[in-house]
Amino acid sequence: MSTSSVSKGCFVFKPGAKKKKTVSLESYFTHGCEDAENSEVRFKLCQDLWDKIKTDTEILQDELNRKILDSLLDFTRKCSSTRKHSDWASQMRASEIPTAALVLGVNVPDHDMTFQSLSDLLQQSVTPHVASVQAKECGVLKHLMKKVLERLMGTVVAVDDEDEEETEQTDAYIHKSVHCSLGTLCDWYIAKTKKSSSGTPGKKRSSPVRDEQQQQQPPVVIIFKDLEAFNPRVLQDFILICSRYIERLPLMFIFGIATSPSTIQHMLPHSVSSLLCIELFQSLSCTQHLATVIDKLILTPKFPFKLNDKVMQVLISIFLYHDFSVRNFIKGLQLALLEHFHSQPLSVLCCRKQEALLHVTQLGHHNLERIRQLPSFKRYVEQQEAQEQVNLMTDDTHLKEVCQRLIKDLRKYHKNFYPILRCLHALTSSLPRYPLGKQIRELYLICLEKNVWENEDYQSAMKLLRMLAKDELIALLQKCAEILQPVKSKKMKNAFSQLEELLAKFKQLDAVAETASSVDDIITSPVKNLKKTDLFQLQKTLLELNESRRSKKLSPYEILRNEVLDFIDALVKSHLSSPEAQTLHEVCYYSLSATVRRHLNATPRTSIQAALSSPYYYLRNDSLKTEDGTVSNAAPDICIAYKLHLECGRLINLCDWLEAFSTVVSAAEGHDPESEHFGKVDEVKHARFIRAVSEIEFLGFIKSTKQKTDHVARLTWGGC
Amino acid sequence: MTTLLQHPGYEEEKLQRVAELLLCREVQAGTLLSLMGQPQQRCYPSIFIYGHRASGKSHVMNVLLKELELPHAVVSCVECVSAVLLFEQVLLSFFGCDAVSLLPRSPSLSDFVRIYRQQCSPSPAKQTRYIVMEKAELLRDTDANLLPALLRLQELVEDNVTVILLSEIVWDKFRPNTGCFEPLLLHFPDYSKGELQQILSQDRNPSYSAEFYSAYINILLGVFYSVCRDLRELRHLAALNFSKFCEPLSEGKVKETDTHKLWRNIEPHLKKAMQTVYLREVSSLQWEQIQQMDEKETGALRGLSAHTHVELPYYSKFLLIAAYLASYNPARTDKRFFLKHHGKIRKTNFMKKNEKTSNHLLGPKPFPLDRLLAIFYSVVDSRVAPTASIFSQISSLVTLQLLAQVSHDDQLDAPKYKCAVSLDFICAISRTVNFDIVKYLYDFL
Repeated sequence: MSTSSVSKGCFVFKPGAKKKKTVSLESYFTHGCEDAENSEVRFKLCQDLWDKIKTDTEILQDELNRKILDSLLDFTRKCSSTRKHSDWASQMRASEIPTAALVLGVNVPDHDMTFQSLSDLLQQSVTPHVASVQAKECGVLKHLMKKVLERLMGTVVAVDDEDEEETEQTDAYIHKSVHCSLGTLCDWYIAKTKKSSSGTPGKKRSSPVRDEQQQQQPPVVIIFKDLEAFNPRVLQDFILICSRYIERLPLMFIFGIATSPSTIQHMLPHSVSSLLCIELFQSLSCTQHLATVIDKLILTPKFPFKLNDKVMQVLISIFLYHDFSVRNFIKGLQLALLEHFHSQPLSVLCCRKQEALLHVTQLGHHNLERIRQLPSFKRYVEQQEAQEQVNLMTDDTHLKEVCQRLIKDLRKYHKNFYPILRCLHALTSSLPRYPLGKQIRELYLICLEKNVWENEDYQSAMKLLRMLAKDELIALLQKCAEILQPVKSKKMKNAFSQLEELLAKFKQLDAVAETASSVDDIITSPVKNLKKTDLFQLQKTLLELNESRRSKKLSPYEILRNEVLDFIDALVKSHLSSPEAQTLHEVCYYSLSATVRRHLNATPRTSIQAALSSPYYYLRNDSLKTEDGTVSNAAPDICIAYKLHLECGRLINLCDWLEAFSTVVSAAEGHDPESEHFGKVDEVKHARFIRAVSEIEFLGFIKSTKQKTDHVARLTWGGC
Repeated sequence: MTTLLQHPGYEEEKLQRVAELLLCREVQAGTLLSLMGQPQQRCYPSIFIYGHRASGKSHVMNVLLKELELPHAVVSCVECVSAVLLFEQVLLSFFGCDAVSLLPRSPSLSDFVRIYRQQCSPSPAKQTRYIVMEKAELLRDTDANLLPALLRLQELVEDNVTVILLSEIVWDKFRPNTGCFEPLLLHFPDYSKGELQQILSQDRNPSYSAEFYSAYINILLGVFYSVCRDLRELRHLAALNFSKFCEPLSEGKVKETDTHKLWRNIEPHLKKAMQTVYLREVSSLQWEQIQQMDEKETGALRGLSAHTHVELPYYSKFLLIAAYLASYNPARTDKRFFLKHHGKIRKTNFMKKNEKTSNHLLGPKPFPLDRLLAIFYSVVDSRVAPTASIFSQISSLVTLQLLAQVSHDDQLDAPKYKCAVSLDFICAISRTVNFDIVKYLYDFL
């Protein structure tokens, strides 16, 4: 494993089977963790919570996909059963390959899960022969063929190829090596179906005939996960070959499409697409998907862990602006979860009620001090009386009791927060121009940021609500009642019964209105009494009339409407206050949005520039510490060269650059500026300079140019 | 007609059956038969047959060889991803499995010839052996020596063997520049309307009379013959629409003989089929479902090309817009569009001679990554950090085939792209982000 000769070349050392030191997840977690004291507890809490979130999302995903997967399954069943029909029409067009075009949206990373559950479902209920292929593993037809055969037959298929290494390695466990052609697959399929039908003779009598037929001839399903990425040529040839075997082999395709179904027509010419019988399946849009995920994972008191507005904003904007990927959103949530438990020692209290209360009693003095330092707690203390303040700051046991109460309060707050949030969303989501957002996540962000009623948009929404017609308002209120009904908390039950009463009053109003329609006549009568006067007079009287109507007479409906909206407003004000106003909110809310952003949305160029212009930021060497904007002359060569190049224009004279570099480096070496040799370019400096310049070129800041000799061109602009 | 198919080498009865199966291709079959001669006679080394799709090339060959019980191997070149498969199939059908197992791991042409000679020396051919290569045009893409060798295989293996190449392309496009043995050329002309009618009437529905079905085919051809002469397509369409044709009959409204009424009933239906199912906008399965639905509901069904809407993340939309602008605007004009104080530059002063033609007629032009990003940053309304996900969005646009990478994959330095979407598409995209793209396009200045 060594190269003793001196020669330029490229050597490949394949990694041998190294023994990997297995480090448990927990030690990763505790390493570098804030306050190691209770890190084990936190790790366990974090893991439990994540497991719960993960299983919940999986269930959610399954539910969301169920509809489309079910229809796909039906399609496959139908296709395999129509093949058996012997009527004239279906015989005439038996040469078409049934194809399902599954439009999944551009969030490609999310598709894996869908395809996985699809192929699982297919294998369970329709056919054991399912193969899924990806574009990146099938650059040429040969490889596509090989993958399909391998996955269907479960053996290694020999392909005559230059890179035989792979197969040689696996030679040991090849059962039988077969040539990759669909003919082989066909033979295998016939053998397989014969075997299975003769193997279960007892079943023949018991099961119904149609079922039996299906068992004998289960379709062979091939899933193309990412149709767009496939080489069209390869795909066309493959379909042509398949169509030659369709009579013997009940093939079926599923195309996973990210953009739009018309790509099929772009990729396949008519002669090929005429061999397919394409049916379209449209999946749920990813924004709807996200909405359900947020609804089930975040807008619920079930999980004690919460995100604050900034982190939430980062995650949502990554989703909307960059990738549309729900999977990445959940990954971001996981990251925030991990960071929270890792960096916040008080996160021991971020768990279920009983546990949290227990953990409060176990808090050490150290952590109690931390609680005293929390800004929200300080605010709380300031509101207390003097004696109580002293007690809180000095008496640990008293603090523990108070903490328990505060934790309970926080839980109650969350229990009431989400139902009221949903109610408010139900009321405002259909208002014209959506003052509080169309989606509940927008409203949630507003509520997280600050008290929602201080928002201007809230005022305008309320104004609009006060203008709603009766039937609309009643429908919205009924929706609210539905939301409140299942909530178990005492206050919500109270609110629900009050709302019901108000709704009942609306109904009474209907009955009353019928009898008291005469009231309207009195109001409208002045209009009739108007005399014929000039236009100005008319305007005046109308204005007066309007005024009087507004101030004096409110119809019973209007009175009731105001009553209801005041009630809603009171609910909002008492339950929908911003979480930041709650004492001890730091325990549950993760707030380091910058960390999340740095991890999820990396900025490579900014990091490189930061490293070059202030090396201290990464190296943490005290000698590199400088005033802002300057670079210490003890910095690495590349930083000095970079700094110097910033001072140049679009074209840089290499000779001048070298001179400047040499001067700076000499100063760093402590040479006397007066001496003769100061700033002279010796070989070592020259070499160092050349290396620095080529590194800068490699990073893409400069490139060689032919415009001027001995010059290089800058590729970035700006400087100092 | 059957007189055409007379040959001393074969039994009268078999020839009769062949003639029945080869409707409207008697002339070609006769020529082929006379070329092939009697089974034991040597035949010309290679024959090249060309004709359009569905003009009966494979059908004639298959029927002749099968019915006359001649030793043959049929190979489809599209299936032979490597030459090995070709060799294997030929050896398998002539000499059985044993010969195949003799082939070395990655056999060359000479291996094939060696084994062939080895196998045929104990049992030389009593009858001419035929190798039929379908879709022979793909042979041009394989090893350069394969096609010339196949053309004179008879000499190489010293056996009575004939290679028949079937293709949709004329022989001139095949001839390798090093020269080769010239095969006999044979052309299969397209079927005429009458012939199509005759052939299509063959596969009639057993529950209806032959005249009735023939009348149906006549109507069908009347509608479709002007756009489609592909026998396979026509057969497919005939099968799909027949149930609709029979509808008034089963309802008892008309008699089988009342062709005019039947025509009135089916004609609009067939016209619709031409726009939908013939273009594969609608699959045959859906088409059948439509037929069962009411007239009114069918309006809701949309074809494949109607679904062009694509949902993209916000910045991807702007990247795509920037790419479109970079592709269709000359680079010189960027200053005018994206600089604040560009002054007034008229299009006429600005235009070079060759730019008179619309850029949209010329198609998208390649642009470097730098230009794309520069336009992107000036087009997008908020400040965007140059994060990794912006760059990864560009490459996902490439995989989605909305952008096309022009430079080679390996070129990491200054990659070049082209925008691959239509004006309609980009207009729809920019409407969703409130960006008036037409204002920024040089062509519409």
